Amino acid sequence: MSENLAMPIGRQAKFCPGCGHPIVLMMLQRILKQHNLEAQAVLGLDIGCSLLAWNYLPINTFQTHHGRVVPTMVGFKRARKNSLVIAYVGDGGAYAIGWQSLFHAALRDEPVLVIVVNNTVYGMTGGQSAPTTLSGQKTPTSPDGFTGNTMYGPEILHQVSNPEAFIARTAVNDPKQMLDFLDKAIKTQQAGHFALIEFLSFCPTNWRTKGIDTVKFLEERLKSVFKVGEIK
Amino acid sequence: MQNNKKQFLTGHEVVVQAALDAGAESMFGYPITPTCEILSGWFESGKKCLQTEDEIAAGFGVCGAVLAGEKSFTASSGPGHILLQDSFSMAEAMRLPVVLIVGQRGGPSSGTVIYSQQEVILACFGGNGEGMRLVYSPSNLSELYSLTRRAFNEAWKYRYPAIVLTDGYTLKIRQNVDFDQFKKIENIPPISLVPENKIVHWPNIYTAEEELNIVLENTKNDFENIAKEIISFESKEIEDAEILLIAHGIVGAVTKIAVEELRKQNIKVGLFRPITLRPFPKQELDKICGWKKIKKIIVVESSFGQLARIVRDQLAPEIDASFDYLQKPGLGIEPEEVIEFVKNIKI
Repeated sequence: MSENLAMPIGRQAKFCPGCGHPIVLMMLQRILKQHNLEAQAVLGLDIGCSLLAWNYLPINTFQTHHGRVVPTMVGFKRARKNSLVIAYVGDGGAYAIGWQSLFHAALRDEPVLVIVVNNTVYGMTGGQSAPTTLSGQKTPTSPDGFTGNTMYGPEILHQVSNPEAFIARTAVNDPKQMLDFLDKAIKTQQAGHFALIEFLSFCPTNWRTKGIDTVKFLEERLKSVFKVGEIK
Repeated sequence: MQNNKKQFLTGHEVVVQAALDAGAESMFGYPITPTCEILSGWFESGKKCLQTEDEIAAGFGVCGAVLAGEKSFTASSGPGHILLQDSFSMAEAMRLPVVLIVGQRGGPSSGTVIYSQQEVILACFGGNGEGMRLVYSPSNLSELYSLTRRAFNEAWKYRYPAIVLTDGYTLKIRQNVDFDQFKKIENIPPISLVPENKIVHWPNIYTAEEELNIVLENTKNDFENIAKEIISFESKEIEDAEILLIAHGIVGAVTKIAVEELRKQNIKVGLFRPITLRPFPKQELDKICGWKKIKKIIVVESSFGQLARIVRDQLAPEIDASFDYLQKPGLGIEPEEVIEFVKNIKI
């Protein structure tokens, strides 16, 4: 890949080896740089593994509370309309503790870009089950295999969103689609609408997978349950 | 500020006027009695306003607006005030100049909708922090105005979140407010906490205990240093007082009337009314109580001792005046009740 994907501003990643977060962040930086939007961009972080991005990119960044990044960025955007606000959040922060705010941000068509990194678990706290956990998936809070329903955040949000909103799902092993969707999402915010991209991501630490098995889990399990593409 | 010098306004109208005059650009709020009319009043003002899905989003919306450099506020009560402590906790940690108007109602839980003084501890020490916030308790509508102006100014000047702790009764009554006296108040301008021309990387969570400890020590030291510039209180008839009545907010106004009446009956009683509950006017109270003449301290409040807890905690341990309490949570207190209580007290 080009020099744009080099480690941003020389920071060492604090993410676990094999984590998908740095891929999402590097793609984000690449697209911001491409559009010359680094100065306008403001990255708000939820709590969870997302918080590790706090000093990672050469753009304004701050941490918030678990589940609270979306309402914070809604407030920021309303105060500074020319900013490009990005709410960066995991699947737990987005679809469990922060769901009420995320749902209403979509319902009101708030012009914020929400990046949801979906690794099917609460990564930072030890891999507990999340709304996105797959049927049968073993986690510390579903030791006999997850028996609940799996949540499809983008599909639900699509039902209440403005037709001009951009809602999509991609995966961290598809850089071309990631960049394409990020580009569309940014343009959507610039046009004054809500955008959300869910990134299917790796969590080898909590999936307890090694090497190719991590990629296989995403390709074979996650993608069989979560359909990638624009939600239309 | 409105041109008419003197106006007959409700507390809600006073808050809206004060926030407008303070330079607030936006409000985020969720309707809850008794603060709904602040939200609807702000909508009427034509300024930016968002009715959020809950008080959590309202509080974090204010945090976001403040981070972007905009004066912003919210208003709530009781159960909504509880939810707001989530964002207030972040504001305390990151020293965001968030302003919150609390119209206390009866509690716990949904309680009643008009009046009580049961949100004192929540306002002063809510959240998983150490109470590093400014809390003002107005006793009438003129003070409601001036303290709301102060809340915005001091929040932005000193970078601490601020609460104007009032109650539904104060918000719903009408009083004459003479705006002439406030003409000289100057606004502290907002600053952009996340500037556009440089990169800020701002943590709110720390990996090392020592890192957090340094932040906490700094926050506490700053808080103590600015306290002398912020603390305010009213005292009355304290020079030769043997009995000191301590009360805040609207109960403070009632207690003042009782002190005036008791003095007519030659009872040596004085009033200490903290106007700032955080920081608390500790040294001033110590000084008054340390005169030794004070034999009895009576804390009067509409709660089972929330103000009393703060007073006992703050008062110097060597002060040996005995305590008594007039406590009526959820109820208003009439001057006659205070007078009767004091007359029956044994020193």
